[in-house]
Amino acid sequence: MPDAEIIPLGAIGTSGRPGRGSGRSNPSSSSRSLAPKQRSQRRSAAATPPEPESTVESGAEPVETAPPPLTPLRPPAATEERHSGGGPGVPLTELIAAATGAAKEIFGDSWEPRLAAFLAFCRRRLTGDYEVDEYGFDPEITERFLIAALRPIAQKWFRIEVRGLENIPLEGGALVVSNHSGTLPLDGLMTAVTLFDETGRHLRPLGADLVFRMPVVSELARKGGATLACNDDAERMLRGGELVGVWPEGFKGIGKPFSERYKLQRFGRGGFVSAAMRTGVPIIPCSVVGAEEIYPLIGNVPSLARLLGVPYLPVTPLFPWLGPLGLVPLPSKWLIEFGEPVRTDSYDAGAADDPMLVFNVTDQVRETIQQTLYSLLMQRGPVFGS
Amino acid sequence: MGRVVLVTGVSMDLGRRFARQLTHLDDVDRVIGVDVLPPRGDAGAVQFVRADIRNPVIGKVIAREQVDTVVHMSVIASPGPAGSRTSMKELNVIGTMQLLAAVQQSPNVERLVVKSSTAYYGASSRDPAMFTEDMGPKREARSGYGKDVAEVEGYVRGFSRRRPDVSVTMLRAANVIGPLVVSPISSYFRMPVVPTVLGYDARLQFLHEHDLLGVLQQVTLDPVHGTFNVAGDGIMMLSQALRRLGKPTLKVPSFAMPQVGSLVRQARLADFLPDQIGFLSYGRGVDTTRMRTVLGFTPRYTTPEAFADFATSVAPGALSASRVEAAEQLVRGTLSGRGSAGA
Repeated sequence: MPDAEIIPLGAIGTSGRPGRGSGRSNPSSSSRSLAPKQRSQRRSAAATPPEPESTVESGAEPVETAPPPLTPLRPPAATEERHSGGGPGVPLTELIAAATGAAKEIFGDSWEPRLAAFLAFCRRRLTGDYEVDEYGFDPEITERFLIAALRPIAQKWFRIEVRGLENIPLEGGALVVSNHSGTLPLDGLMTAVTLFDETGRHLRPLGADLVFRMPVVSELARKGGATLACNDDAERMLRGGELVGVWPEGFKGIGKPFSERYKLQRFGRGGFVSAAMRTGVPIIPCSVVGAEEIYPLIGNVPSLARLLGVPYLPVTPLFPWLGPLGLVPLPSKWLIEFGEPVRTDSYDAGAADDPMLVFNVTDQVRETIQQTLYSLLMQRGPVFGS
Repeated sequence: MGRVVLVTGVSMDLGRRFARQLTHLDDVDRVIGVDVLPPRGDAGAVQFVRADIRNPVIGKVIAREQVDTVVHMSVIASPGPAGSRTSMKELNVIGTMQLLAAVQQSPNVERLVVKSSTAYYGASSRDPAMFTEDMGPKREARSGYGKDVAEVEGYVRGFSRRRPDVSVTMLRAANVIGPLVVSPISSYFRMPVVPTVLGYDARLQFLHEHDLLGVLQQVTLDPVHGTFNVAGDGIMMLSQALRRLGKPTLKVPSFAMPQVGSLVRQARLADFLPDQIGFLSYGRGVDTTRMRTVLGFTPRYTTPEAFADFATSVAPGALSASRVEAAEQLVRGTLSGRGSAGA
């Protein structure tokens, strides 16, 4: 048996060809001496590549005591043969029993209707039998896939506590305005998941055009209900009665250094206020505490960021030093508070074009969020506490 | 006395069918079809004049026949029979210039209808979800069909300034689709394996061929001055459309897409042009409020219905709905059969 353990020498890098890693097709002298029998036959096999497979398949025994160079070829061939051969293989009925057991395991006791529903879901997805709205929002995939994947992160990893849910209207348009932080926009995703779980309403985020320029991210953002942060889209969504989310600090907020945490940046040009005024929907200030600590931004590589076409390239205590592992967010404790809505329906028609009024309302919203952040920070206790 | 209508672009299927449809109407006396090539199907009572709208002959035709309505449908999306991209641009842009110059000279012409395209708006990551008629493209097209459409529209606007007495209707039609339509997008969907851009999913809007002919007829008989988006209701994602056809897709990174496109073109699988890559990545949506309120037109087919009608003419792909359903039945039957026996 120890022989069999040592054998995988071939795995070092001949990519399945005979030999000991020299890269040549002829086995080295040491490997030739390791293989006890069939020496002449293998030499001819080395000259014509297809032969080794046939010699191996003909003899079932060499699986255990095979000559070393051939072991990498073995496993796929062997399993294939057992299944198709059917002789000593697993019978079909047992396979079905196993699958049924697995279905019971996954779907619980009432597995049959659940499995039927799951299969119907798969069929609908595969045949394109679902609806999307004009922004490309796909509620089915959002609820069953995106939110389901993010929910454990929100509840178990960040232990999100949410306050002020009574300020979210149950129907009709409203604009949720939130602070932005954390290097990657996890705060937006977490706010959306929390809002859906607590109120059943989908938060429709407004994203920077970078989001829609990036592959994969663009596709997921549209499916998840996001659209471009521009006045046309914001007003259109608000008129359509959606709960729209906006992060007016943008990249200035999300990419600010750790030393400036919880200091709100400039709130854009106040475009969100004029959109809310034109459509007469309430503005709901939202303060998120905890996102600042998930990826503490201690450095930036501006030249490389410019090369990649992104606004900043973060350096955190874990990234890029730990590679992909550095992308795991630190498990800080999160608090999300929705403040009292700022009504905009009392302003007259031209108010949205009055810059002074727009600035004043923008400042009022910004100040509310800043003050709420400070009081939430006092209440939170230790950053990584429960 | 009925009207005398001149229709350009009758060598193409939609132009020919529209011209023939007009001949059946009581309000229309005569229909004159103009194109470089003769129509390939039955043109009915349409008087065909073989003329190149790129040269001034068209002016003589308009004067001699006392044309009072001009329907310009010959802005083409792909080189097709015209040959190269250069000749396509010539036909689109120079042809429109010559046609408008001739119309401007004619005292008889009262109405001009131009079939434009939503390709005018381009397709980019900075697009709003739905374009309204008063928005322009976010990123100007530098080549291809989008640029042609933008230039054609520019000439039409200039014309409408110079001849305010002529009623000008410009229809920006979404991708026209239907069982009989041959266009770059329909040949794209007919490929056995369809290349898509990796990581992007385009939002698509379709207009059924029947509805295009319907809206053209309506504005020919009852003109409304202005520019209108015309599209079926609703949106479909590109991935969704391909799944409904059961077509397997080949995801190609955007940087490799031009090469794949030229391969597809060389293999004559589809008229795949480089300027379509943006459209296949981001798609485009247009707002059709003005079409309903001002124009008073309601398409009979929604976007998914138009696509479903188109799908009847496409051989189902490897992952067709019937196969998926059969697989579902098989899994359910096997598992539940075993489950009840075991219980």
